[in-house]
Amino acid sequence: MFGKLTVQAIPVDKPIIMSAVIGTLLLTLLTLALITYYRKWPYLWKEWLTSLDHKKIGIMYIILALIMLLRGVSDGVLMRSQQAIAAGQSQGFLPPDHFNQIFSAHGTIMIVFMAMPFLIGLMNIVIPQQIGARDVAFPFMNSISLWLTAAGAALVMVSLGVGEFSSAGWSGYAPLTEKTYSPSTGVDYWIWSFQIAGVGSLITSINFLATILKMRAPGMNLMRMPLFTWSTLFTAVLMVLAFPVLTVALALITLDRYLGMHFFTNAMGGNMMLYPNLFWMWGHPEVYIVVLPAFGVFSEVVATFSRKRLFSYRSLVYATAAIMILSFSVWVHHFFTMGAGPNVNIFFGIATMLIAIPTGVKVFNWLFTMYRGRVRFSTPMHWTLGFIVTFVIGGMTGVLLSVPPADYVLHNSLFLIAHFHNMLIPGSLFGFFAGFYYWFPKATGFRLNERLGKYAFWCWLIGFYLAFMPLYVLGFMGMPRRMQHYTNPDWQPFLLIAAAGVAVILTGILLQLIQLALGIRNREANRDLTGDPWDGRTLEWATASPPAVYNFAKAPTVRDIDAFTEMKERGAAYQKPTRYHDIEMPKNTAKGLMIGGLAFVFGFSVIWYIWWLAILAALGVLLAIIARSVDDDTDYVVPAAEVERIENQRHRLLASAATTDSADI
Amino acid sequence: MTTEASRIGFGDSEEFEHPDTVSIQAFGFWIYLMSDLILFAVLFATYVVLGQNYAGGPTGKDLFDLPYAFVETMLLLLSTAICGLAILAMHEDRNNLVLAWLAATFLLGLGFVSMEIGEFRGMILAGSGPSRSAFLSSFFTLVGTHGAHVSFGLLWMAVMMGQIFRKGLTTPVRSRLMRLSMFWHFLDIVWIGIFTIVYLTGVL
Repeated sequence: MFGKLTVQAIPVDKPIIMSAVIGTLLLTLLTLALITYYRKWPYLWKEWLTSLDHKKIGIMYIILALIMLLRGVSDGVLMRSQQAIAAGQSQGFLPPDHFNQIFSAHGTIMIVFMAMPFLIGLMNIVIPQQIGARDVAFPFMNSISLWLTAAGAALVMVSLGVGEFSSAGWSGYAPLTEKTYSPSTGVDYWIWSFQIAGVGSLITSINFLATILKMRAPGMNLMRMPLFTWSTLFTAVLMVLAFPVLTVALALITLDRYLGMHFFTNAMGGNMMLYPNLFWMWGHPEVYIVVLPAFGVFSEVVATFSRKRLFSYRSLVYATAAIMILSFSVWVHHFFTMGAGPNVNIFFGIATMLIAIPTGVKVFNWLFTMYRGRVRFSTPMHWTLGFIVTFVIGGMTGVLLSVPPADYVLHNSLFLIAHFHNMLIPGSLFGFFAGFYYWFPKATGFRLNERLGKYAFWCWLIGFYLAFMPLYVLGFMGMPRRMQHYTNPDWQPFLLIAAAGVAVILTGILLQLIQLALGIRNREANRDLTGDPWDGRTLEWATASPPAVYNFAKAPTVRDIDAFTEMKERGAAYQKPTRYHDIEMPKNTAKGLMIGGLAFVFGFSVIWYIWWLAILAALGVLLAIIARSVDDDTDYVVPAAEVERIENQRHRLLASAATTDSADI
Repeated sequence: MTTEASRIGFGDSEEFEHPDTVSIQAFGFWIYLMSDLILFAVLFATYVVLGQNYAGGPTGKDLFDLPYAFVETMLLLLSTAICGLAILAMHEDRNNLVLAWLAATFLLGLGFVSMEIGEFRGMILAGSGPSRSAFLSSFFTLVGTHGAHVSFGLLWMAVMMGQIFRKGLTTPVRSRLMRLSMFWHFLDIVWIGIFTIVYLTGVL
């Protein structure tokens, strides 16, 4: 009846896991109780869970990303503190199997459930506004994407309390992930959470390609698109091309495990080397999928806060395109030591080094944009400057690693860990934070405390250097990655410094949480009345904060790269149209949420071999899709009078803002 | 796949056009087909890598029946040609003719899937199932994924016939029918690849 699922699956004998489970459960219950107490369920259901509004879906994506960021950081804290004490005689507080699960979960969560939802959330909030559209091309598919990603994240969280997570690393190399070597449900949790979220990401990419290529405002030809839109377009191309490879890689491992096939097994003709090739054919483009949107954010932030047009817009676009293309020709550098031979390795080594060129072009573009600009050191600008300095260091260690003979020495050492954290923390997380603080007033309608934001940034930056620079040294000293325990006492001082760095980062996160809580409490005092708090240059700043459901009452006409700046200079920024029209918008629907919920049930029951439930859930998904596909009545009309009322209110706010004049920071 | 694209356009017809929902839907579907093609490309690559790893078991020469696969091919190609006729009838607004052509397409597609299931069944019963060797794992997965796509297409076609029957050829129904036809042609192209790479080279 319940497949492999028994009461023994709950790890009651493991105090560390159980306290995490109880903590998570209590937090969830507290949230649910508060929602019930304040009678917010109807509001939540109508305004959020069933909404197809791209801005709300974006905010929900980012909430998911922030929750998973906290989970991923906790995993990091556990690993750093374990390694800080587990030297010589001491075994630390984490048993080996639990330690392995933690680093596997940390990688999976940070890439798939933190970085992906964060960047997709930013895209959702910004892209339609930035191109002067009213929503994405397929609002319902957008909702499905969100809830599939949430379903995957929920599976990872459930693995904490029911069964266990994979202990085979986030990349899940075969044959370790085969049934022979990992018979428990851990790998299955990894497979299905990854797979379900991956389908969500694939749908998102189709959505944004269609949105950007088909729904731009009049006058916005390709070479007038803002850089964030460009990088989203390139990211979507990467996702469309790379995610099917992941789908297949995971499906083949699934077939091996569930049906006894022989894709990656040692015996019966299986080829385990096929797996890393497939995984990294997705995995390397994935690195750029999480980095390119951040590059887009930096480009927007640098231009806005230098009050200058981006230096050499065209070269930035072409550099990003070059990175997009090159990203498909470097995947072997993740496993030079597989022994494909010197000719193969040097091809991929050189291709890897080539990526440094367009990336360097971009760095110089940002620097030259600031040069002779009137730079305002706001919170988003702090993250951007921190990124530029830190990312260049990480880039140089990357070029070191791209030399195959050097890689043979450094492979699997902490040098590698230091390198990719040095790329991904500034290169994507700092970018997402820059975007978060930059677009926060736009999405919510109020501003956050700048001073706390800057303190948090400094904690993150200093904490980052303390936590990861020692790992480079440890790599040179020969310390391998993923060690639950070590005997060499020379390593311990550096690991203690790294642990101190994590404490500094934690302080930064605490400050961010306080800043958010204070911001929400004082939101009335910090209203963004104009919709343009930073003196922005692109179209998303032309709408109200938060924008009306339809974004633009009338399509803006684009005449320049910095479309909104041009409109402001021409005095055409806030003109009322002569008359308003009815606007058609997508109706709410619960089917996206239902599909996500059923996908979760499907994943859970397949993991535990509860076949009847899996079949029911799959049929449910199919029925929901069919029901939606035959539905012709999916839109509602905002009447012209209602549009006029909303717009008049906006113009009154604008007028009141002009008298108080709080537009400058 | 059959999701509505938003009709949220800019209504001010003096200056701007209403975005063409049908064309956005078709464009989105093209992108989906491209990504699906990548999925098949990876399965083809896997088959090419593992296709000689018989692990002492049967080879393609032992298993494949070329005339049988040829009949399968003809069924699928004919069904696609008739699907094209259905679209032509749609452009002429002939409801019943569209339904008739779609029914024929459906039956031919069903014939194809049945033949494939028969082939798989025979192989599994003879002890040459997907867990026999890496060659057979990759064979069943590649051909089976295509078969699953065709089966999904059949379900979609049944839903579309129901819609045409109840609603007639409305604009949304036409848009969906167009995409179904794109999907059907796409499966044809993938099958040509399978016939060539799996069956033809397998018996050579």
